[in-house]
Amino acid sequence: MNYNKTNNFGERRLNGEDKEEDDDDDEGNGRGMEAWERAYADERSWESLQEDESGLLRPIDNNTMQHAQYRRRLRTLSATAATSRIQKGLIRYLYIIIDLSRAAGEMDFKPSRMVVVAKHVEAFIREFFDQNPLSHIGLVTIKDGVAQCLTDLGGSPDSHIKALMGKLECSGDSSLQNALDLVHDYLNKIPSYGHREVLILYSALSTCDPGDVMETIKECKKSKIRCSVIGLSAEIYICKHLCQETGGSYSVALDEYHFKELLLEHAPPPPAIAEFAVGNLIKMGFPQRAAEGVISICSCHKEAKAGGGYTCPRCKARVCELPTECRICGLTLVSSPHLARSYHHLFPITPFEEVSPTLLNNSYHKLTKTCFGCQQSLLHSGNRPTLRVACPKCNQHFCLDCDIYIHESLHNCPGCESLRHSKPMNNNE
Amino acid sequence: MASAPSKQYSDDVSLLMVLLDTNPFFWGGTNTTTGVLSFSSFLTHVISFLNSIILLNQLNQVVVIATGFNSCDYIYESSTSEAIIVNSDNGQMPALCSKMLQKLEEFVIRDEQLSKENSPTGIVSSLLSGSLSLALCYIQKVFRSGPLHPHPRILCLQGSPDGPEQYVAVMNAIFSAQRSMVPIDSCVIGAQHSAFLQQASYITGGVYLKPQQLDGLFQYLTIQSRRLVPDMGMICTPTDPHKPNCATYP
Repeated sequence: MNYNKTNNFGERRLNGEDKEEDDDDDEGNGRGMEAWERAYADERSWESLQEDESGLLRPIDNNTMQHAQYRRRLRTLSATAATSRIQKGLIRYLYIIIDLSRAAGEMDFKPSRMVVVAKHVEAFIREFFDQNPLSHIGLVTIKDGVAQCLTDLGGSPDSHIKALMGKLECSGDSSLQNALDLVHDYLNKIPSYGHREVLILYSALSTCDPGDVMETIKECKKSKIRCSVIGLSAEIYICKHLCQETGGSYSVALDEYHFKELLLEHAPPPPAIAEFAVGNLIKMGFPQRAAEGVISICSCHKEAKAGGGYTCPRCKARVCELPTECRICGLTLVSSPHLARSYHHLFPITPFEEVSPTLLNNSYHKLTKTCFGCQQSLLHSGNRPTLRVACPKCNQHFCLDCDIYIHESLHNCPGCESLRHSKPMNNNE
Repeated sequence: MASAPSKQYSDDVSLLMVLLDTNPFFWGGTNTTTGVLSFSSFLTHVISFLNSIILLNQLNQVVVIATGFNSCDYIYESSTSEAIIVNSDNGQMPALCSKMLQKLEEFVIRDEQLSKENSPTGIVSSLLSGSLSLALCYIQKVFRSGPLHPHPRILCLQGSPDGPEQYVAVMNAIFSAQRSMVPIDSCVIGAQHSAFLQQASYITGGVYLKPQQLDGLFQYLTIQSRRLVPDMGMICTPTDPHKPNCATYP
C-alpha cells in the first residue's frame, strides 16, 4: 500500500504530536510517584461521592440512576418505534476496525487505551453473537498507517478474540482511508440481503492518508456501508462527517464505563434504512444432526470425524458447527434456536409504566405487597411502598430490578405469560 | 429472608426451583395412556424428593412454582420465615407438606375459577413460559443478594403437551437462562416427549429425563439429581443418565 504523508489533516496531526510529548512528560512524573499516591491522583475516588442536603458525604446512588437512565433509553426506543414501522436487519456483516496506532498506547484509560479496547471488544463480540446469531464479524487493525485484516468475516466468537489478543501492540500513525478502503473491498462482496456495517474504535486525533479520504467516504456511502465511530480522545471532524454521510452514529467515550456502554449500544440490530436493505427471501437449510458413531469427512476441516456434526439437507455434506454456510453448495445452514434467538427484536415487550406516587400513598393497602416476578417485598421497612412499575397489559406490579431484567434479558412479561386470556394479545404471530 | 445474608454459603449449596404442572386437563384427563400415576401419588413422590434435598444440607433452598392452565404462582419458598418455623402441632404432617398443600389447593381452586369464563378449545397445554419466567426472575433476585449465593437450578416436572403459541416466550426464557448459566432439568411425565424441554435442557446443559416407570418417580428424581445437587454425589448411579434426544426442531 502506498503510504505518503500527504494528508489533509497535517495541522491536526502536529497538534496531536505536541500533545503526546506533553503526555510523555506527565508519564515521567507519574513514574516518580509511589503507587499509593498514583491511586489518588488517577482514580479520583472523590468523584463518586455526593453531598446530601445536610452536608454529609454519600456514595452516589447508582441503582436509581441506572434505572432512570435505562428508562430514558427505553422511552426513546419505543418513541422511535411508534413513529414508523421499523424494519430490523438481522443478518449483519460487521467489521470492527481497531486503531492500534501510537495513540492507543496512551494511559488515560487504565492500564492503556488498547487494553481497555481489547477487553471490551471481547465482551462486545460475545454479546453481539448472542443477540445476532445469524451475523458475521471481522476484525481489522490500523498500525503504522497501514490497515491489516486480522480475521475474515466469520461467526465464531472465540477465533476473533484469540486473534485480537495475540496482536495487541501499537505503533505508528493511524489511517482512516486505508482502513475504509480495505473494508470496503471486503464488504462489497457480501450478498445484498446482508447489512454492511463498520464500527471504528478510534484512539488517534489524526489520520494519515495516501489520498483523498472524502472520495473514500463517498464510496462507502455508495456501497451502503453504515459506518459508526467511537472516539477515545476528542471529537474529530472527519469522523463526524463519515458517520453523518453513511448513517452511522458518532460518539466519544468519557471514561471506561461510558466506552463500554457506547460499544454495547451497537450490539442490538440497528433499524434498517429502507433503501439500504431490500427485503427479500433467503434460502436456508435446517440440517439434521448426524447419528452418533457415523464416520464421515467434514467439509469444513476436511478430516474424518465420528459422531456429532450436521448434514446439509441439499448436498448431504457434513459440517461441524451451526450456523454456517455449506462449503459445497453455499446454502445457509441454521438451526431453529438460532432464528428464535432473534425473535425478541421483532416482538419487543411494551415498556412498563411507573406507578404514580400519589396512587401509592392513597391506596397502598390495596396494592400488592410483593413483586410479581421475584416475590421481593415492595414495602420499605416502615411499611411505606417503594417505587414500582406495572405492565400496562396485565397490570401486575414489578420491582425495578425485575423491570430491567425483563426488558434487557428475559424479553417476556411474567405477568402476561402467566395468564391464559392475555395470550392472544401478547403473541401477534 | 432477613436471616439469609448472615449465612455462609459454600460451593455446594443449591437452590432448586421446581415447576409443578398442575394442569387439570392433564391430571384429570383420560387421555393419559400411562394412567398409573395419580396427582396425589405424584405429589407424594415430589414432596419426598424435596424433603430429601433439604435434608442433605440445611442451607439448601427449594422454591415450588405451580404451572397451571390459566395462571402460575409461587406455592412454596423454603427460605421464608413462615416456612422455617416447624409447627408439627397436629403431629401428622411435616410443616413443609401442610403449608405447601394448603397453598397448592388454593392455587388450583383459583386456577379453576379463571377457566370458567372461557372453556378450553382443544388446547390442553399448561403455561410453561409463565412459570419459567417467574423462576428466572426469582433466580435474578438470588444473584443480586450478594457474591455468595446458592447455585440455582430449575427442574420442570411437566406432563401436559407443549403449547405451540408459547414457542417464542419459552425460547426467550431458555436463552435468558443460558445467559445467566442456569441449567434447566426436565422430567416429562406425560405420554409424549416435550420438544420445548428437550431444547431447554440441551441449550442450558441440564438433564432431560422421561421415566419409563412412573411409580418409581422418586427413585428417578433422586438418582438423576446426583447431578442437580452436589451432595448427591454420595449416591451411585446404576447407568448413564439419559442424554437429551436432540433433534433440531423443524
